[in-house]
Order: sequence, then structure tokens, then C-alpha cells
Amino acid sequence: MTAEPTETVADHGVPAVHERRTPAPPPVTLIGMPKFPKNAKKELGNAQLRSNLRHATTTIRNKRARVVQELPHWEQLRLAGEAIKNRTLRHLDDYLIQLEESLTANGAIVHWANDADEANQIVIDITRSKGVDEVVKVKSMATQEIDLNEALEEAGIAAWETDLAELIVQLGHDRPSHILVPAIHRNRSEVREIFLEEMGRYGTPPPEGLTDDPAMLAGAARVHLRDKFMRAKVAVSGANFAIAETGTLVVVESEGNGRMCLTLPETLISIVGIEKTLPTFADLEVFMQLLPRSSTAERMNPYTSMWSGVREGDGPQEVHVVLVDNGRTKVLADEVGRQALRCIRCSACLNICPVYERVGGHAYGSVYPGPIGAILTPQLRGTASEVDKSLPYASSLCGACFEVCPVRINIPEVLVHLRNKVVEENPGPSLQNIGMKAGGWLMGKGSRFGMAGKGAEAFGTVWPGSKIGPLPIPGWAAGWTGARDMKKPATETFRDWWKKREKTAGRGDQEGQA
Amino acid sequence: MSSSREAILGRIRSALADVPGTEDSTDIAVDWVYGQRPEGAADDMLGLFVERVEDYRAVVDRITSDELAGRIADVLAEHEVNSVVIPAGAPEQWREAVAGRGITVLSDDPVLSHRELDATGGVVTASRVGIAETGTIVLDHDADQGRRALSLVPDLHVCVIGSDQVVSDVPEAVARLQASIDSRQPLTWISGPSATSDIELNRVEGVHGPRTLHVLLVDAG
Repeated sequence: MTAEPTETVADHGVPAVHERRTPAPPPVTLIGMPKFPKNAKKELGNAQLRSNLRHATTTIRNKRARVVQELPHWEQLRLAGEAIKNRTLRHLDDYLIQLEESLTANGAIVHWANDADEANQIVIDITRSKGVDEVVKVKSMATQEIDLNEALEEAGIAAWETDLAELIVQLGHDRPSHILVPAIHRNRSEVREIFLEEMGRYGTPPPEGLTDDPAMLAGAARVHLRDKFMRAKVAVSGANFAIAETGTLVVVESEGNGRMCLTLPETLISIVGIEKTLPTFADLEVFMQLLPRSSTAERMNPYTSMWSGVREGDGPQEVHVVLVDNGRTKVLADEVGRQALRCIRCSACLNICPVYERVGGHAYGSVYPGPIGAILTPQLRGTASEVDKSLPYASSLCGACFEVCPVRINIPEVLVHLRNKVVEENPGPSLQNIGMKAGGWLMGKGSRFGMAGKGAEAFGTVWPGSKIGPLPIPGWAAGWTGARDMKKPATETFRDWWKKREKTAGRGDQEGQA
Repeated sequence: MSSSREAILGRIRSALADVPGTEDSTDIAVDWVYGQRPEGAADDMLGLFVERVEDYRAVVDRITSDELAGRIADVLAEHEVNSVVIPAGAPEQWREAVAGRGITVLSDDPVLSHRELDATGGVVTASRVGIAETGTIVLDHDADQGRRALSLVPDLHVCVIGSDQVVSDVPEAVARLQASIDSRQPLTWISGPSATSDIELNRVEGVHGPRTLHVLLVDAG
């Protein structure tokens, strides 16, 4: 990845280091992001974002509930999906070798990449060998995860996003905030402004009189990208599934931009996380029912492409598949956490999550936001950074994500497991430890507990009002009490009430039938 | 790269140290019977298919095989298409009927360039399987359907499917498609015209694929 910067001298005499081919993303790198609560607080202040998100997540989760109800065997499907994924993951080495053999037999070229840098370098080398300086891209979480676009940019190769939402994000110098609908945080008038401002700089400009009508905005994207599709020599995609038995890759999409990329260019490079493997083509009958209903809340998505290596006279005649680890084997090594690798990136857990709905995707500091991100990111990246350490706490553990997950990932279980890990990896006295020790001493003996109850009773008797609000105390506790109202202690302890009740004969029966 | 291959496989094996060496992948039970028609599947499968395809705002005509060639020509004429690509393996009557209306018929032989295809108004293809429950049509790009780009680049797709090709749901379809996959044919699953919900989750038909999908369901009887 040796960038050869174009040296140009700007008006003010300072050499501009690099002339970009594609719109620059925002300067903050995800790794350097502050921890989740800080990000969350910032995002919560953005009323437009909250309103866009609430509208979008409410719409899609209601739609999902409707199409899921149509299938009486939904639970059997979830169980089957879980079992097939478990089967694959527990024998992943065998299935990957089988996948490699099938792909090779089909005329595809298989590459293996330990990490993001290796994967990116493979794409750069192939693209350069074709003598081109641009690629068209199908929306892919794996390529976002390895930050392929920026690696290509540094190598002087332009990566054009072709999914409408990804285009909005790219042209908007922005980051995706949702797995499925990356521009979910933008409303139609913001999209119009982005198109008017940026489209013309990177290709066909939007038509005259562009309004904020979604159909017209989609039409502008069609015209803008058509020329890029027609001339593209190399395309980069991900894959939703990779079938070991037949060497078939699957891309599930809506707009047809995926089909354009998978069909028109001469060379196709697919970046596939090793966990995307499925044993057989027949297994798709389960996942092609689970995925569309869980993600776009449709009975079926508009387009799905399945291809098995090279097909003579049809589509790309040079097909590369890059199998990427990039932390996945670390996830696999954790017996509790490995279930996160079952994820099929549907985003149902994002749409149902009360935390995600309020803070949006950017606060998670990862390409994988929401509940699945909170368990996947700290496992893929480790918990060294502040944001990664805080992610397992970015949840109220309400469990809705587990209920909607099409492959039954028990996200709350993994969250608790990871919280435990974070605490163990960061030893030293924490307030939680001190509090727990104090609680243990207090409750260790009945008399101590009784005394504590008496103390609270006295406090409750003298404290004015029914709630305890902000306390005039310094440090962390001030912040904690500042955001919460707590009911003041009762004026009588339960123990005293119980004693009195025992003495009052006859009353107990009545009370017991409430 | 082979060193990365060995490194990844090595890490997978040590990550799976808890999996007994004697365990076979099939020891993990998958409680699912493949290729079955789901219980309570609709009796009127064709009716459901039509309803579900129309749900995606595609147009469906139910016709007899005698009406087919004429209807293809009608649809193309209704859309004021000047040129159409009909794959070489499609029935000759389709070509004749369309040409009879003064519409230029291309057969992708010699192979059309992307730009030529982009300048073509429509495409007519056969198909492999229809799925009633989801309103999906699957192409396996046999000679009567042509290579994948044909049914992608032109803005109008007229798709012909026989009533005996329609199955209840995804499992039956996957079972029928196994033969195409075994011969390594690509598959394209189509559920309505190209669409997006990327702006405020508002469904908009027509982005990059054909903006109009017209299905001709031919009664096999």
C-alpha cells in the first residue's frame, strides 16, 4: 500500500499531499473513538437523527413482524438456521477446504487473508494487474470492516460504491450507521442536498430540478452510476453465503447494482469472511427464508445472484475469492462468544433495540453497530480501546435482540460474558467491586442487615418528598444521581411490617388473596 | 498466500480444541426436512403466485400457450419498445411475432456489448422456477434465458413462466434448482422489479435493474 501522492501546489503555497479520487470520509478513525456513553450522549443531542431513526426502525420492525407471522414454521426455521451454522462453525476447517476445492474446480482463484491489510493488498494487486484505476463495489460489510475503500484510495484506485445508501454515505463524506440501510440517519432533503453538492464532481450530475422525492433521487443514482457500470473492468463484492459443496457464492440485494457488478466487469473479486460458509446448496432453503424477512422485512428481496466460479460466455471470466479471517478465529476460540459468528447480517437486532433506536449507529464506533456490533466488535478487535471496552455495556439486556435473531444468537448471554471478560482483563479496585464487597458484608449477617434497614427507615422519615433527586456530592455519584430519580426508602422496613402482620391475627388470610 | 492459508486453518483448529476429534459434522442434528412443501400451503398455488408477484408491483398476465407469442409482441408494443433482445434458445415463434410488429429483434449472437444492450429497450426470457409463497421467479440462464446481463441491462423484462414451473415455497424451488447448480449454472432470483428502500425506508421501484417486470404465466393445460 505505497501511496504515490500527487504533488500539487495549492494557492497558499502549501503542497497538497494527496489528490483524492473519491469523496473523503470523516477524519475521525473508528479506533480512536471515545467510549460508547460519550458518543451516545453526543448523538442523543441530534434531534434530526433521533427522529429519522425512530421513524425508520419503527416502520421496519412492524413490517418484519407481519411477514414473520405469515410463516407458521418460523421457529423451526430459526432452529434449523442455528443448527446449520453451528454444524459449519464446529467443522469450519473442513468446510473451508471443501469450499476452496469446489471454487478452484469451478475456475475461481482462491486467496486467504489473515487480516485487513493482506485482504486489501490482494485487491490492490489484482486491480493493478488489470491496468485499471477504479473498481465498482457491491455493498459489503466485509469490505467496510477492512476499510478497503481507503486502502484503494491510498493506492490511487477509486472505489465507487453502487448501493444507493452507500452512495449517499460516500458522497456525503459520511460513515454508515446501519448494516442494511447505511444512510438511515439521513432524510430525503439531506440526500437531495448531498446529491446536488457532490454528484457532479464524481461523474454524471443529477438532473435539473432535482426534488427530494425518493423516486427522483433513486433515478438520479441510476443515471449517475450507469456509466460507471458500463465501463468498469473490475468489481469488488462480498457474499452473503458461500456454499462449500458446490463452490457457489450468493449475494442478496435489492437494486440491481449488485447484479451489475457481478455480471458486467471482466474481473470479479469477492471478499468473504470465513464464517459465511454453508455446507450445501440445500441449506439455502432455510436461509433464503430467514434472511429477507428478517432484514428488509420482505417475503423475498428483489434480486439474489448465485454463481459458481467462472461461467463461459456469461459474466466475469476471472473470478477471485478472498477468504478473510481478520479476527474471526479469535471469536471462534471463545466457546460462549463464537455464536456471534452465526450472524447473517440481517440487522433485525438493530431495528428492535431501544438503545440503537435512540443513539444510532455511529456511537458504536464500528462498522457493526447495534446489539450484534456490541458483541462482535469487541471480540474481533479485542477490548484494548476505550470504545471496545465499553461496547458490552451498550445494552439494557432487555433481550429483544435474541427474540428476533433469525439464527438465535443469544446476544444478552454474550454481552454478560464479555462484561465479565472486560472486568477480568482490567483488574484493580472498581466502584462495582467495592460496592459488592460492602453489600456482601452487610447482608452476611441478619443483625447487620436489620441495622441497615433501620438506618434507611430513619432516612426515609426525615427526607422531604417521595423521590431522591440530584445529591450535593462530588465526583461520579453526582453525575449518577443527576440523571436518575430514586424513590426514597420506606418509612417502615419490611422486617418490621412482617412482625406487625404476624401479631395481627386474621389479617394475613385476607392479604394473601390480593 | 499459502502461508496465510495454513495460519488461518491452524488458528481454526486450535480455536475448536473443545470439539471432540471424533465428532462428525452430521453429529450436530439439524431438525429440518429438506425440500418439503410446507404444511398448510395454499391450494390455489397459481393464484397465490400471481397475487404475490403483483405485490411487488410487477404485472402478471395469465394466458394460454396459444396466446403467448402474440401477447409478448403486445406487451413490447404497449411499452413502445423499438428493439428487444430475445435469447437464441427461445422459441422461434416469439421472434417471429415480435418482428411482425416492426420491432427490431436481437438474439445476442454475436454477443452484444454493454452499451448496445443499454440501448436496447427490452428483453424477453423464459425462466426455470416460480415460487408462489414469495412471488419469486428464478432464472438459471439456460439458452432460452440467455446470459445474465441480458435480463439486467434493458429497462423492461418480459418473463415467461409455465404454470407447471410454479412451486409452493422456497424449499421445493431449491430442490428443483439443484440440477442447475450441479451443472454450475448461475441463478438469478427475481422478486418484482428493481427496488430500493434506502431513503427513509420508502420503497421505490426501479433503480439499476429493469424498472418494469411483466410476467406471462402460461397455463400448461
